Amino acid sequence: MKMFRVLSFIGVALSALLVLTACGNKSEQQANDGLTIGFSQVGSESGWRTSFSQSVKAEAEKRGINLKFSDAQQKQENQIKAIRSFIAQGVDGIVVAPVVETGWKPVLREAKRANIPVVIVDRNMALDDDTLYVTRVASDFVEEGRKAANWLMEETNGNCAIVELQGTIGATAAIDRMKGFGEVIADHPNAKIIRSQTADFTRSKGKEVMETFLKAEKGGGNICALWAHNDEMAIGAILAIKEAGLKPGIDILVVSVDAVPDIFKAMAEGEANATVELSPHMGGPAFDVIEQYVAGKRDFPKLIPTNGGLFLQDTAAAEYKLRTVNK
Amino acid sequence: MHNTSPETEIRAEKSEARLPIFPRRLLWPLVALSLLFLVNLLISPEFFHLEVKDGRLYGSLIDVLNRSVPVAFLTIGMSLIIATGGIDLSVGAVMAIAGAVCANLMVGGVDNLFIVVGGGLCAGLVAGAVNGGLVGYFKIQPIVATLVFMVAGRGIAQLINGGQIVTFQNANFAFIGVGSAFGLPFPVVLLVGVLLCVHLLMRKTALGLFIEAVGCNPKASYYLGINVAVIKFFVYCLAGVLAAMAGIVATADIQGADANNIGLWLELDAILAVVIGGASLLGGRFSLAASIVGVLIIQALSTTIILSGIEPKFNLLIKASVVILVLLLQSERFQTQIKTLFAMCDPRDRHNVGRELDGL
Repeated sequence: MKMFRVLSFIGVALSALLVLTACGNKSEQQANDGLTIGFSQVGSESGWRTSFSQSVKAEAEKRGINLKFSDAQQKQENQIKAIRSFIAQGVDGIVVAPVVETGWKPVLREAKRANIPVVIVDRNMALDDDTLYVTRVASDFVEEGRKAANWLMEETNGNCAIVELQGTIGATAAIDRMKGFGEVIADHPNAKIIRSQTADFTRSKGKEVMETFLKAEKGGGNICALWAHNDEMAIGAILAIKEAGLKPGIDILVVSVDAVPDIFKAMAEGEANATVELSPHMGGPAFDVIEQYVAGKRDFPKLIPTNGGLFLQDTAAAEYKLRTVNK
Repeated sequence: MHNTSPETEIRAEKSEARLPIFPRRLLWPLVALSLLFLVNLLISPEFFHLEVKDGRLYGSLIDVLNRSVPVAFLTIGMSLIIATGGIDLSVGAVMAIAGAVCANLMVGGVDNLFIVVGGGLCAGLVAGAVNGGLVGYFKIQPIVATLVFMVAGRGIAQLINGGQIVTFQNANFAFIGVGSAFGLPFPVVLLVGVLLCVHLLMRKTALGLFIEAVGCNPKASYYLGINVAVIKFFVYCLAGVLAAMAGIVATADIQGADANNIGLWLELDAILAVVIGGASLLGGRFSLAASIVGVLIIQALSTTIILSGIEPKFNLLIKASVVILVLLLQSERFQTQIKTLFAMCDPRDRHNVGRELDGL
């Protein structure tokens, strides 16, 4: 009996503490007078994803937004749970970077019923009812493919035998980048993709597939350029090119997408030539929309594109420094 | 042996008498591998082109060997575990942990290669010991016990890496992945050495026999005085260390530890290789050589697909079809049915039709 009494006392003390801290949070929130926004992120599966999360957090801090960050570890059910808890907490807006395209309707309807604006960032959601979200902030993958191809065609005067490392089969990024690149190449009769295979967006596969390409194309003598759907595959392929006794960046031009720090290092060392930035700075536009929504604006375009630039070797060293110091 | 009936035992002996060089077990996997090479000869003859470049052999065949190494390490361990009637789903994740440990030691300023490699191997040993303890001493079903590490292991590796791909510059460590010795890539030399050691350990001591006995009938083995728990604990530890080696080779190969992708789904390739090698998942006899041929089949297939220039969306379909074909080739019943089919076409042999089928 005594034991029970002690336990219940501890329980009461703990809940009192909880209430006190909760009150503390509340007053702090009111003090900095910012919005409360929930952000459900996919996870931290790549270097790019990490910089994306960091950029959103930094942007929130700059604007005095109280950001509730939730890492879903690549699982949709975690994201749905997170969104439900954001709704329960009565946040001012929800930002979601969805892991997959389908299955979002019920939870978005709950958010709509609670009058909380939802902004989709990065990947898409398949929704037949576009009143369920305010807008989508995303990069234009097709445009990235076009930018890479335009640079390559200018560099080689449209005369180039290209090998392509595709991303994961069926991924939006892979399909659209391939499409954009292909559109530009089609205008140049002397440019051709001679080999194309998937390397699953990973470094080790990029190396393995490139090794085989090099052997199939007379030790790489036939290949003028490598076009990779992301930087990681390009970095793996660079290792393979070096091991085959060729100079990446000179014997075989290397162009890819993402602009992760490691590719800037390779570019600074002359081993890669160009990368198109997949902008991780999607937090800013998303917060803009939510701030305007709260202020009463209702009329938004359904897609807000963010466009990254093309980076070349001349600025690579400086960019590498910038991007690694920030971390 | 519960996976072979007395008749098939007798038949196996008969064919061994005819083909003394090959154990019967190796025959079908080797036939499948040769068929695969034949396909390559037809569609891309450059597959067989070999040259010496910078004092080492260079060509697609060497690539097949070199790319097989990580899965081959996993397969050696997996063969032994499957022989005890168990399975280890965690080896891919253990690769990621070992890679992360090595990379972070180097980034942290440790230059001594022995400490770096030792650290990675220790991580593998610990993971293997946890698996082995759960399976051997706590009698948890292997598929459940190792599932824990399969899921959590990659998380641990992520945690060690801080969610990043950790890259390093260390020529000595990189040598493990990209160096060469005796004109061959170093990983291949390393694999041959390890394979030889494990083979001697299994066949020149009673250990191999104990492992097979535990897989065939754990109760009978126990009454015969074999310490079943220790044998199981040992094979999981060994598999953990071998997985760590695979992780170290893969990490050295790309000079970076990619916790998300290193060894992803390779545990399934390893299990597949053991099965292609003709082992029963129920436990019992194992053959390291046959399992390694299984690995070579899987890797040769991947390289063939890349070389052939087929659209990548068909990759998995082709892989699945070839695997089914290889497994069918090895199925006793399928072989008998094919023989019966041929016998039916041959009028002189018609009285034999159905006789062999009755035996099954």
